[in-house]
Amino acid sequence: MTKKLARRDILKGTAAVAAAGLGGAVFAAPARAQAPAASAITPELIAAAKKEGKVVFYTAMDLTLAQRLGREFEQRFPGISARVERSGAERVFTRIAQEYASNIYAVDLANTSDLAHVSHWKRDGLITPYLPEEVAQHYPKQYYDPNGFFIVTRVLVSPIGYNTNMVKPEEAPKSFADLLDPKWAGKMVKAHPAYSGTIMNSTFQTARDLGWEYFEKLAKQRVMQVQSATDTPKKIALGERAIMVDGAGYLIIQYKERGDPVDIVYPEEGTPLATSPSVLFKGAPNPNAGRLFQNWMHSREAQQVIVNFARQYSPHSQTVEKPGVRRLADIKLMKEDAEAIEKNAEDIKKRYSALFKV
Amino acid sequence: MTIALPGQKAGRQTFKVDLSVPLLLTFAVLLCVLIILPISWLAIYSVTSVDPATKARFFTLAHFRTLLSDPDLVQPLITTMIVAVSSSVACCLVAAPMGWLVARTDLPMTRTIRALVTASFVTPPFLGAIAWEILAAPNSGLLNKFYRFVTGAEMDAYLFNIYSMPGLIFVIACYTFPYVFVLVANALDRIPGDLEDASSILGGGAWTTARRVTIPLVLPALLAGALVAFLQAMILFGSPAILALPAGFHTMTTKIWSLFQYPPKPELAAAAALPLLFLTVILLRGQQMILGRKGYSIVGGKSGQPRLIRLGWFAVPAMTFVVIVLMLPVFLPYFALVNAAFSPIATTLLTPATFTMKNFHFTFFELSTTHLALKNTFILGAAAATIGTVLALVISYATARKAITGYRVLGFLATAPLAIPGIVLGVGLFLAYTRPPFVLYGTLWVLLLAYITIELPAAYQQLQSAFRAVHPELEDASRILGATRLRSLVDVTAPLLRTSVLATWCFIFVSTIRELSAAIMLFTSETKVVSVLIFDLKESGDLGAIAILGLSMLVLTFVVIIFVNRIPGFGSSGLRNT
Repeated sequence: MTKKLARRDILKGTAAVAAAGLGGAVFAAPARAQAPAASAITPELIAAAKKEGKVVFYTAMDLTLAQRLGREFEQRFPGISARVERSGAERVFTRIAQEYASNIYAVDLANTSDLAHVSHWKRDGLITPYLPEEVAQHYPKQYYDPNGFFIVTRVLVSPIGYNTNMVKPEEAPKSFADLLDPKWAGKMVKAHPAYSGTIMNSTFQTARDLGWEYFEKLAKQRVMQVQSATDTPKKIALGERAIMVDGAGYLIIQYKERGDPVDIVYPEEGTPLATSPSVLFKGAPNPNAGRLFQNWMHSREAQQVIVNFARQYSPHSQTVEKPGVRRLADIKLMKEDAEAIEKNAEDIKKRYSALFKV
Repeated sequence: MTIALPGQKAGRQTFKVDLSVPLLLTFAVLLCVLIILPISWLAIYSVTSVDPATKARFFTLAHFRTLLSDPDLVQPLITTMIVAVSSSVACCLVAAPMGWLVARTDLPMTRTIRALVTASFVTPPFLGAIAWEILAAPNSGLLNKFYRFVTGAEMDAYLFNIYSMPGLIFVIACYTFPYVFVLVANALDRIPGDLEDASSILGGGAWTTARRVTIPLVLPALLAGALVAFLQAMILFGSPAILALPAGFHTMTTKIWSLFQYPPKPELAAAAALPLLFLTVILLRGQQMILGRKGYSIVGGKSGQPRLIRLGWFAVPAMTFVVIVLMLPVFLPYFALVNAAFSPIATTLLTPATFTMKNFHFTFFELSTTHLALKNTFILGAAAATIGTVLALVISYATARKAITGYRVLGFLATAPLAIPGIVLGVGLFLAYTRPPFVLYGTLWVLLLAYITIELPAAYQQLQSAFRAVHPELEDASRILGATRLRSLVDVTAPLLRTSVLATWCFIFVSTIRELSAAIMLFTSETKVVSVLIFDLKESGDLGAIAILGLSMLVLTFVVIIFVNRIPGFGSSGLRNT
């Protein structure tokens, strides 16, 4: 089933790109060679981007971070407005597929939290390689495609979180297994893998490591189901539920630092991991502004915003850590497997909705 | 009249072309494109599949088999029926006594009460649902916090749980009861007092009169109201998406919408949309049959003013009842939105010390989609209202004056969209306009088509009754003097209808800006509207920005409504007509 659908989608995607015609081919041409030369932000690029005047950025990152990056970009490069289109990674993926199937080329670059999307896009020929200089110099190899098709913009974890007014620290769950305790029934909130890429990753990794039986049991705990991984932290900060099963760990840290009664638990079984890559589209209406944004977003300057303001992990080796976040190396992480997600996404969504009814 | 100057008339016609026939035909074709094209694609998709090898479509009933056998699809259908029936019953239980109190008793402030019912009618249901989340989420809801504060109950104790089937039914009923109220109150307004007087004179007590005269006369309107309420509950998308999904269940509309997630299953969505369409058609037919019997109630003519019943001491509990009913869709949710808009935390009570403009600043100066969405919404609202009004005007002229042969067809086409739920139309338009010859998806045009189609029936009905009030002899006079049909329409009829036309314009405008269920299927990033933006923000839980955007929408709506009510001769009867 999955295979058949995938093949049909490739056909669709290729047709869309073919229809994009010349526009796509022209600016993709210089990048044909295997490993593109790393590019700096040159005055020519800035001038070309200014001529286009705007950049359209589809992203799965929390709205406040996305807007903050957009604003900083606008201030850094006056004359180019940044429009941010935020939704869950799976929604962003659906949106782009729907728009491209109808020959609508609105997106310049996209940031998703599901690495599997990149291989879809690459195979369908929708994205174009571009390698910023700083990425080639300062990013560990696992965080970008050597051909420049994608660059990891931020690294995310999906830990357990809880409201400290509702749960005493000593009583807080320590592991995913603890969440099956009947005392948490009706007190948990969880995000959805058909909306969020982070949750697609965490669902796959948890099911792989603990088995689908785990979710079968969890589904019996009357879990409140929201959509976004950025909503579960908000729900426990408001005190609507005591515990979040999954979601954006960085928001818990942000909220804790601003004084909300929330705290994080890195589960004993391991914490689900999601790397969040950004890509440039071949059919981009503002290709130069897109490249400028991609280049700038992965510079030390922008990456430091991701560390300091958003409290996420940066792949940039020169960013300075800000205390208050546990180092990635000190967390027992689950293993990311984009390839397996790509193969199983449809099955994961189906099994999930069979268990949780939505 | 017919003897007037035949020579002159013939002479004029040689150089003055009467454009009305081609114009009306154009409108007929336009209506076909609006309605028949999307529905045809819907029907075709529901019974075909694409052969992966040849890419050709072939006939299959597999989608309907899936629809009837897959518990993932059967359950939402059952849920939808339960929700629709329950909220319809709830609407009647509240709206019938309230309509009676307002129309037939000496209850004070009835004008204000009617205005507040209008307010709940124009409040977007999805906004109401979000506001009720802020009020009655089991733990963080303001009302539940208040309850725990007053009773000193445990941390987990709650009075209301909005994320539940009863919660959903309640919120839907909050915003559909105006439909029932308006129908019942209008019917009661029209019942001649003579009939009740006759019953009293013949020795019938108050109860006998009510049972034997008033209730039978108003029953058709109540039943019609119940059907409309059922229909509204069945086709609503926003409220179930906001309240049912967190509770772990789907309704038909949310299920159809979820079928468009990657990889999209448009065929199954089309098949799932058709039952909604059929049910709507059947129910509307039922409503017509019930209302068709209404002639019975006008037998007495309009001779007697309705007799107002003196409430006496009973006015106090009656007024309490009305205030409580109005608190639920209007006062409490608006309060919750204002609180969320200007408080740092949406579910913490606002105090002068915590007052903040942060959300306002974020929404209008940082959120980069706000301006785009506001602009799109405004353009679409104005365009849909203008085009829709013109369309409705011409069609109602054609039908009211029997101007062309086949005017009945035109009238039927104009009311047909009433039977198409927003989400079904959304699916149909998506299928019809993402392919040649009309690739409109991704433009504002496809949304414009959707809005015009959805609003046309109400606009048409309003203007048709307005046309009936203008006697044709005025137009005849103009035509005798040599004007073409079009010219007499523009110079004579249009000015006479000014008030109604303006009211219709405002009605479409207000309804357009609150539409979500078709827009959610049709928007792209460049054609986002405010209702979709609010829904997006809802999914990531950004309540502050939602509250600001929602309040802006309400302010815009009320400005328009107050403007309409200022028009002389229009008065408070404006938005009662749906």
